[in-house]
Amino acid sequence: MLSFILRRLLIIIPMALLVVTLTWGLIRIAPGNFYSSEKKLPPAIEENIRKKYGLDKPWYQQYGIMIFNVVKLDFGNSLKYQGQSVNEIIGRHLPYSATIGILAYLLALVVGLSAGIIAALKQNSIWDYGSMALAMLGLSVPNFVFGPILVLFFALGLYWFPPARWGGFGNVVLPVITLSAIYAAYIARLTRAGMLEVMRSDYIRTARAKGLDEKTVLIKHALRGGIIPVVSFTGPALAGLLAGTVVVERVFAIPGLGNIFIQSVLNRDEPLTLGIVAFLSILIMIFNLAVDISYGFLDPRIRYE
Amino acid sequence: MANEVEIVKGASLWQDAWKRLLKNKLAVFGLVVMAIMAFAVIFGPMILYWATGFTADGIPENGDLIKSFPPSLLHPMGTDEAGRDLLARVLQGGRISLMVGVISTFVSLIVGVSYGAIAGYIGGKIDNVMMRIVDMIYAIPYILIVIVLLSVFGGQNTPGWIQYLSETFGGAGNQGLSQIFLLFFALGLVSWLTMARVVRGQVLSLKNQEFVLAAKATGVSTFGIIFRHLVPNTLGPVIVYATLTVPSVMLTEAFLSYLGLGVQAPFASWGSLASDGVKNIAIFPWQLLFPGLTMALTLFSLNFLGDGIRDALDPQTRKF
Repeated sequence: MLSFILRRLLIIIPMALLVVTLTWGLIRIAPGNFYSSEKKLPPAIEENIRKKYGLDKPWYQQYGIMIFNVVKLDFGNSLKYQGQSVNEIIGRHLPYSATIGILAYLLALVVGLSAGIIAALKQNSIWDYGSMALAMLGLSVPNFVFGPILVLFFALGLYWFPPARWGGFGNVVLPVITLSAIYAAYIARLTRAGMLEVMRSDYIRTARAKGLDEKTVLIKHALRGGIIPVVSFTGPALAGLLAGTVVVERVFAIPGLGNIFIQSVLNRDEPLTLGIVAFLSILIMIFNLAVDISYGFLDPRIRYE
Repeated sequence: MANEVEIVKGASLWQDAWKRLLKNKLAVFGLVVMAIMAFAVIFGPMILYWATGFTADGIPENGDLIKSFPPSLLHPMGTDEAGRDLLARVLQGGRISLMVGVISTFVSLIVGVSYGAIAGYIGGKIDNVMMRIVDMIYAIPYILIVIVLLSVFGGQNTPGWIQYLSETFGGAGNQGLSQIFLLFFALGLVSWLTMARVVRGQVLSLKNQEFVLAAKATGVSTFGIIFRHLVPNTLGPVIVYATLTVPSVMLTEAFLSYLGLGVQAPFASWGSLASDGVKNIAIFPWQLLFPGLTMALTLFSLNFLGDGIRDALDPQTRKF
């Protein structure tokens, strides 16, 4: 088990470097750069800028310097936000995205798991159809429509919550609900499918046959196997949520990381883009590892050598 | 003497599936809504113009300072900021939104199926490398890829065949439209990854069966085996996955348009209309609600239809 974890942790490093390399290549393929704008720069000034940022060197040297710095986890300064290092910017904006992302995932887990379990237990009842239709609605309403509708009713209509910006608990409620809708819908569908499959398996019949009461069968036996699909979904979902979800950040004017990322791509702010991509890919791989480890606890049949 | 044999017509896989689909009420609901939506989007703008004289781009020239009017008998969905009839805009925008669903899914289908089938059939090291490339592309945020594709092939660099396509379907000499067609292809080129994995898995399980051996023995080329013998056999899962790709690319297009990267004025899609509407949510809420809810209804029906098709084509994986 320990060697499995160590091996997986070690492989994260080359994988992340490969992702950074590909991203760097993509940025370099795209025409244009961070200093060019509508107005043409005089050649002397352009040359100086290129020299200052090391763009006059051959591409393999630039690549080598970039990778060397990434290995040291030093992404340098942002090209757009002068005098701020990439690490600073990520550190400043991540807490907003992380708060909303984690709360949204918790809410989605509570709502999605309960809806999915109820739907599976009362299969083909009104509860089943009702919660599955709601889940489908959650998958179908784009969040840039859902968010403003919530604002319209609960902020501008009923004055229950502030419509936007960062502040107290009240500011968090609407963005968290908006963000969690689609995840709750996914989790409800995954849970229902997983539970239905497990409830028909032999070990549940055994558990019932040896006289366990329905509650123990459900919680100690069925749920553990039934939520495995949800656990696999959690890895990538959490990483995406932490990175911030641009739409929610824009609708509610929250200074999260998602918007910074989109802006960095549009501004050709290469160090910032690379920094966020590297950070995210490492996060995704760590979450996926955590998910793989937790399989072992959930399903005793899964073992790692 | 007469050997009368009653000819029993066997039900093919597709007839069986179609019967199962029709039994699924929710899927039929989705099918009907999509049929109505397609009809409305194709013929709606013409009918509306004939009945009321409104077009998606017609800006009324009256002296009103405020041009946003709430829904009324004249304008069932109200008017937008410039005074244009919102129903006409939504119908016109639906053309682009539905076209995204069809064309982008088709592109992802072509790329994903060929990539997955080739990787799966050739196998070995090539397969390994090809699938690791897929893993890598998975790890890069797709928005970065879309932006790079749009900027590399945008403006003057638009490939000739994309311009040709947009001229064939939308009229000549329209730079803006060819950019939208470019967007369709860019979206298709970021949504083929899961398709490639699905097809590869299918091909891996098929390629050691006798019919492939028979094809090899009769001297069919590798290309022929992959595309004439293997790909047609993966059609079931491919269709299932494709129907679920349609709503997801439509959502992605709406998201890009919301960020201002997708469909640009004077063209409209449901995403760009909703994005315009968000700005005025407090005063003119109908400008968000109608495009947004039209899109939600479409995605809702597409998702139900997709689920229904999956259950119909693949009864074993059906979730009871």
